[in-house]
Amino acid sequence: MDDRAWVATRKGLFELQRSGLAWRIARVSFLGEPVTMMLPPQADGRMLAALNLGHFGAKLHASDDAGASWQEVEVPTYPEQPADASGPEWKLVQVWALEAAGGRVWAGTMPGGLFESRDFGRSWRLNRPLWDHPGRAEWMGGGNPAPGMHSVSVHPQRPDELMVAVSCGGVWHSADAGATWALRTRGMKAAYMPPEEAENPNVQDPHRVLRCEAAPEVLWCQHHNGIWRSTDGGLQWQALQAPVSSFGFALAVHPQQPGTAWFVPAVADERRVPVDGALVVNRTTDGGQSWRTLRQGLPQQHAYDLVYRHGLAVGRDGRTLLMGSTTGGLWTSFDGGDRWSTVSLNLPPIAAVRLC
Amino acid sequence: MPTLAFTPQLRRFTDTPEVSTDAATLRAALEAAFAINPRLRGYVLDDQGHLRPNVVVFVDGRRNDERVRLDLPLQPASRVHVMQALSGG
Repeated sequence: MDDRAWVATRKGLFELQRSGLAWRIARVSFLGEPVTMMLPPQADGRMLAALNLGHFGAKLHASDDAGASWQEVEVPTYPEQPADASGPEWKLVQVWALEAAGGRVWAGTMPGGLFESRDFGRSWRLNRPLWDHPGRAEWMGGGNPAPGMHSVSVHPQRPDELMVAVSCGGVWHSADAGATWALRTRGMKAAYMPPEEAENPNVQDPHRVLRCEAAPEVLWCQHHNGIWRSTDGGLQWQALQAPVSSFGFALAVHPQQPGTAWFVPAVADERRVPVDGALVVNRTTDGGQSWRTLRQGLPQQHAYDLVYRHGLAVGRDGRTLLMGSTTGGLWTSFDGGDRWSTVSLNLPPIAAVRLC
Repeated sequence: MPTLAFTPQLRRFTDTPEVSTDAATLRAALEAAFAINPRLRGYVLDDQGHLRPNVVVFVDGRRNDERVRLDLPLQPASRVHVMQALSGG
């Protein structure tokens, strides 16, 4: 059972501890500073937190004692930009994804870089095969000026096998730890592009991509233009239709049941609020053929909470859920989303939640 | 000898040494401070060695608007202040 959780917010990193059917805030780190992502403690207690200080740039801090104390470590830094390089400046804007597997830590960043560390974040190396891939020239920002890599999914049995997703730059697969890359977006469509470009893989905007731990070939994607699922490792994606709205950002995937996933619908890209002012979660347990819209315990009137793409998490039990919003609301469920309870309505805007 | 001082806002993140240096340019003076605290570099300059957009440098009371080369000549009595631009939030 996951009995700890981390909440990265606009004004600090909050550690939560579970006691029975309740979470309490046990510690606040970096109070006042924007935290954009965190890597929960590994078995030895080491964890990472990414800050975005605004004036002074993106920073990375490491803890050896599960968040009790922190020290600043090297942040992913882009190499010297050639004078003739086009596209976004080679300057780190934000660390947006942190994942550890197989002795490596992967960091996804704006402006669309994948960095690798083999010493748990003490030093970083830009993955040049993807950064230098000609396809990157077509990437573009989605809500931010530069493209951003927000999802890094490592195959649970084969740590050299990676799937990364970029807004807006498609879904990329590597079977050799990042030495070579191929796009995997077949089936996805972008309504924000001219019709002849709608299926261009390099302009797809996957808001979030996650896989099922027990069935790693099953992938789910909350895309700018809907929800897609793949059962063959992303070679082919099938569009799904959810109730209320298929637009949204957040996604959680059941670690054992490949047919079960949760989404948080919002009106549409031009109006990023819950439909009818009611915050709900959509859950499917059959691969998206049918859905239940879960409302119990969530605000159903005048709620304007948006849940960012890292703002929803499910525990290893497949039943414990945590959801944090841009309005600073944090809710939990211990029964897979049937019933929710409020953890806090007064946190700073929430960027990411993770259970551990 | 030119002197270099950093905004107190930076002290909560990293050490900000007050530096007296015989540096002939603004960049050389900054490098003298970074030599004392290498971590400071990333707070003032970005990945490409350019001044961060929300960091402002005053030399002898005048704002230096050139943010890429940072090759402004310093006088023996120059005083350099590295400040932050104001923002909301």
